[in-house]
Amino acid sequence: MQLTLEFGGGLELLCDSEKIHKVNVDLPNGADSDDFTMKHLLSWVRTNLIKERPEMFMKGDTVRPGVLVLVNDCDWELSGQLDTVIEDKDVVVFISTLHGG
Amino acid sequence: MEAKNKKAVASRLCCLCNLRRPVLKRPKTLQQICRECFYEVFEEEIHQVIVQNRLFKSGERVAIGASGGKDSTVLAYVLSELNRRHNYGLDLFLLSIDEGITGYRDDSLETVKRNEVQYGLPLKIVSYKDLYGWTMDEIVKMIGLKNNCTFCGVFRRQALDRGAALLKVEKLVTGHNADDIAETVLLNILRGDIARLSRCTSITTGEDGPIPRCKPFKYTYEKEIVMYAYFKKLDYFSTECIYSPNAYRGFAREFIKDLERIRPRAILDIIKSGEDFRIATTTKMPEQGTCERCGYISSQKWCKACVLLEGLNRGLPKMGIGRPRGVNGDHNKETKKPGSVAKSIESKQCGSLDF
Ligand SMILES: [Zn+2]
Ligand SMILES: [Zn+2]
Ligand SMILES: [Zn+2]
Repeated sequence: MQLTLEFGGGLELLCDSEKIHKVNVDLPNGADSDDFTMKHLLSWVRTNLIKERPEMFMKGDTVRPGVLVLVNDCDWELSGQLDTVIEDKDVVVFISTLHGG
Repeated sequence: MEAKNKKAVASRLCCLCNLRRPVLKRPKTLQQICRECFYEVFEEEIHQVIVQNRLFKSGERVAIGASGGKDSTVLAYVLSELNRRHNYGLDLFLLSIDEGITGYRDDSLETVKRNEVQYGLPLKIVSYKDLYGWTMDEIVKMIGLKNNCTFCGVFRRQALDRGAALLKVEKLVTGHNADDIAETVLLNILRGDIARLSRCTSITTGEDGPIPRCKPFKYTYEKEIVMYAYFKKLDYFSTECIYSPNAYRGFAREFIKDLERIRPRAILDIIKSGEDFRIATTTKMPEQGTCERCGYISSQKWCKACVLLEGLNRGLPKMGIGRPRGVNGDHNKETKKPGSVAKSIESKQCGSLDF
């Protein structure tokens, strides 16, 4: 599954200062594509993209409060947050609100 | 089956216009609204805050404290937009402080310089080096990382006033948002600082000082400011100040964000609590005079910046931090607790614009 992941608001500093990551995510064994949710994607991002200070990005099994998430330019609070189903070609944006003013 | 999440979103419509797909859940109202309606309510609410609190008068010169960060960038954009749309009749300027922090402020100043062109607002930059003879880098080299935020906070406050005086503006606006104010209320309670608690929720402060400051974003959620900047593709700078954020403030921030996740209204409720505390307090406010050395407002013989500067120049950088000694000595009559310089609370971390 091909995804575009974008990090902003300072979060890019946690992943090699690269804002946009075009990635290929393999589905977990035996899973069909309907089962892949933000919950899976977050753990994939944490393992594969976040190089330092993961606590700035995640808290427990979700994003740290103050980190905004948009799936295809839509607030993930409208699509069920961790339960949002992710599909091929989706664009997921993470923005921290916590840096600077 | 799980695909229902997205399909449900696609079939639901904006609860304001009933026409378009919603893109955002408002923390303030929990309404699900589309991009166009979001722009409209976001800008209109700020306009209402400006009108209801009579923040400006026609013909005024107003400086926007611009750090290059999200809040002041969105403020500059929205204010120049509203000024045109509603004929406020304001002459707007960008005012930035160059603290002299290599790799941080020089980058964010580049952002402000782009904003100057993008929004057509004249920019004035005042530097610590010019005003005080010291850059933050030099101060940190001298005093280390422990008390640098004291210097930052005191110097920045004065620098903004001096910049505003150079621009001959009547008012200074800053990008402090609802989350910032809730956080400051909480910190002032945690520190038992009732005098500051009563001041920190005022939408306009410093009316007795040289230049009043106001906060048009007092009721604007940080989430919406960042969403607005994202959807409008506004150009802002977002890297942490390299000189250690205030850890205590960091915890308060985290706590506010945790509360917001459970109950977004908590932020407005904390501000409300802060506003209502004001009535109950009988704490005596310090009398305002002027600094004998530089003429800046001060409740003591020398203003805080002059005390800190004297320490730096004499090689005694601890002077003015903690219990005051020297010039203002034991004649400190500001509050029952001396050493309020070190106790003063900076809004946000080092490097962002301050009260
Ligand atoms: Zn709408
Ligand atoms: Zn002075
Ligand atoms: Zn500082």
